[in-house]
Amino acid sequence: MNRLKIIGILIVMGLLLLPSGRCRAEESASEGIDVGEILFGHTGDSYGWHILTWKGKHINLPLPCIVHSSKGWKFFLSSALEHGNSYEGLFIAEDGKYKDKIVELSPDGTQIRPLDLSITKNVCSLMISSLILLLLVLLTARWYRRHDVDSEAPSGIAKLMEPLIVSINDSLVKENIGKDYRRYSPYLLTAFFFILINNLLGLVPFFPGGANVTGNIAVTLVLALCTFVAVNLFGNKHYWKDILWPDVPLFLKFPIPLMQLIEIFGLFTKPISLMVRLFANILAGHAMILGLVCVIFIAARIGPVIGGSMTVVTVLFGVFMNCLELLVAFIQAYVFTMLSAVFIGMSREG
Amino acid sequence: MNLMMPEAGLLFWMTIIFAIVFFLLSKFGFPIITGMVEKRTKRIEKALSDAREAEETISELKARQEEIILAAKTEQDRLLKDAAKEREAIISRAREEATEEAARILSDAKVKIEQEKQNAIRQIRSEVASLSLTIAEKIVRKDLSADASQQEYSQRLLEQIEKSDKR
Repeated sequence: MNRLKIIGILIVMGLLLLPSGRCRAEESASEGIDVGEILFGHTGDSYGWHILTWKGKHINLPLPCIVHSSKGWKFFLSSALEHGNSYEGLFIAEDGKYKDKIVELSPDGTQIRPLDLSITKNVCSLMISSLILLLLVLLTARWYRRHDVDSEAPSGIAKLMEPLIVSINDSLVKENIGKDYRRYSPYLLTAFFFILINNLLGLVPFFPGGANVTGNIAVTLVLALCTFVAVNLFGNKHYWKDILWPDVPLFLKFPIPLMQLIEIFGLFTKPISLMVRLFANILAGHAMILGLVCVIFIAARIGPVIGGSMTVVTVLFGVFMNCLELLVAFIQAYVFTMLSAVFIGMSREG
Repeated sequence: MNLMMPEAGLLFWMTIIFAIVFFLLSKFGFPIITGMVEKRTKRIEKALSDAREAEETISELKARQEEIILAAKTEQDRLLKDAAKEREAIISRAREEATEEAARILSDAKVKIEQEKQNAIRQIRSEVASLSLTIAEKIVRKDLSADASQQEYSQRLLEQIEKSDKR
């Protein structure tokens, strides 16, 4: 049995050698590989959703663009802007400050960025993951509405979701917030599952997944802002007194409000750290995996032997990285929820 | 670096999408699930405490039962002991009475025997007196004819004998 496994792995690795040899022939014709371009292209946002390239042709899922230009609101599909085409004076900048974004030319010839509310790849991915999340949770809730929990054990989707929800609710929310945790548990649970599903979907390399949603600062900014609101909107007297008149020697808070400045600064660093942590972790994970994939093509350009052997190593590393990212996907959702709960708990105690 | 710059469009859509998701889930999703789970937890806790209570009641009942059995046993012992004592008392009293009765009967019999004896002696004596008189009379009658002085003399002798007997 063990020998069979080893032979199987060797065959798979042997297969890995084949396409890299052929890739080399194809790639050598084109110029060098711009790793930075690939990394930013895949981790960034885009107007269309590139699904795959088949025989040199790109297959893109066109997404709606909603732009408020100098000529008013414009609605069109992203396919109108492909290959450098322009639509009513709007086009995608090739380089410059607004590279890969929709811009229009101002009368003096410079590029200006109109208000752009397009359904981009990330927005579309957000919608898909939100739909999945809504389905998962609402179907679970429906199970509970239709069954008598006192006499029936959870089955189906409730069996899948209940342990997760209960463990997050008990170990994070209840533990960190204390007695009035019920008010916050919907938000924290939503944040946890929202981040988790987006993280996991980002690891799927093909169509419905693959977007770098939680590795985008706008998404984490909104999430961190929600935590900021939850912490500070319902903070009690004790919490605000700790910020505005902390228990420190008088000269530290009067006449120069040194401690107050630090505390108020801390007020904002907490959500910013939440925002950056999630963003950087997910972005780095995507970049690592993409970088490893790029190594295959770079090594293939050097020579078939190095290319082939590097492919084996890189694929092994890629598998490892993907497993690690699976872990990170959960850990980051967990950490975001836990820290949010801790911050909320801090604003409620006393 | 445009990676660090949040894009207005994505911010806008993220806010809307997250708001909708949060609204739906906090209205129809999580509270129902956590509420139901809590309800079940409470029920399980109640069932457990009920079971514990029942167990306690049972052990209490058992203890009381044992107590009752013990009490019954001691009562039984006491009754048996009392009965044994009573029996002994009755037997000893009966024995005493019997002994007394026997003694009484014996003494009565002795008195009666003495009486009978005295009677018999008296009868025998009078019999002997009359017999000896008859014998003497026969002897005297043969020797002395019916002499008056002799008759008187013998009568006197007889009286003397009787007197000495009575004494």
